[in-house]
Amino acid sequence: MKASDLSVLNKFNKDNVIVEKLDTLINWSRANSQWYFQFGLACCAIEMMAAAGPRHDLDRFGNIPRASPRQSDVMIVAGTVTLKMAERVKRLYEQMSDPKYVISMGSCSNSGGPYWQHGYHVLKGVDLVVPVDVYVPGCPPRPEALIQGILELQKKIKLQSPLGKEV
Amino acid sequence: MIIEDIANLLKNKYSESIEYLEDAKFIKVSASDWNDVALTIKNEDKLKFDYLMCISSYDCGDKKTYGVAYNFKSTSLNHYLEIRIEVTDEDSIHSVSSIWGSADWHEREAYDMMGIKFENHPNFKRILLADDWEGHPLRKDYDTPEYYRGMPVPKDKTYWE
Repeated sequence: MKASDLSVLNKFNKDNVIVEKLDTLINWSRANSQWYFQFGLACCAIEMMAAAGPRHDLDRFGNIPRASPRQSDVMIVAGTVTLKMAERVKRLYEQMSDPKYVISMGSCSNSGGPYWQHGYHVLKGVDLVVPVDVYVPGCPPRPEALIQGILELQKKIKLQSPLGKEV
Repeated sequence: MIIEDIANLLKNKYSESIEYLEDAKFIKVSASDWNDVALTIKNEDKLKFDYLMCISSYDCGDKKTYGVAYNFKSTSLNHYLEIRIEVTDEDSIHSVSSIWGSADWHEREAYDMMGIKFENHPNFKRILLADDWEGHPLRKDYDTPEYYRGMPVPKDKTYWE
């Protein structure tokens, strides 16, 4: 099965039985229920809220905001990561249960953004404290860009092998 | 009242600590008498400055002195006043947070960013930066640190990439 193949449901035959790897089933469920951690750091959070709202409707991808790190699968770092906040971000990431993923949203959390040269108080990229899976560029990214980042993360999750060797 | 009249009124009471240059937009007060002057401009019938709009701080550059500018308004008499106090690094300014409540956080910000010390403040600590931060970033001689708690804070990324 190809990684991008979403059509598990199409494989049902007349007896409502499919034969497929358990890896695929697990990946399929993980990729389509990315509950994301509901916190924002700056203006990117406004775009994240817009993406979660009815017009862009993140719920249709199975992305439901959770207010606790213990119930979340994805951390969307939406905004400027100051040095004071960086330690909190790291602690919150460590409180999330495996499997956990990080989307770095916007220029600030990708690289420091407008603060990359003279910002004495800004971390130059959230990847210095937590491992990032998907970077979404933009300042701030539009909701469509965030949705594409989420879809890219879905592709990445489907390439994993939860029962076998680490890819 | 216009600022000349206010300056004259204050000079009659505190002749030595008031400095007003002609056509200036502000009155300079020495730090030693500031608490008395503050009580006067709050309570004097002709002044009644009941609203502290803003406290700003500034770096005087080579002189190694740091200034604070207070902007007042009287809501009942509808006039404005700017008072400036300049101190060196060793001196401190008397807090006015017991007179105007809005001074509380403004004074903490002036300390956080410019390192101006205020006496008798009820909760005198940094307001924005972390408590263990070193230095005051808006000073002209401030150097960005290389690391903060193990996290790199370089001016540019080139040398650690």
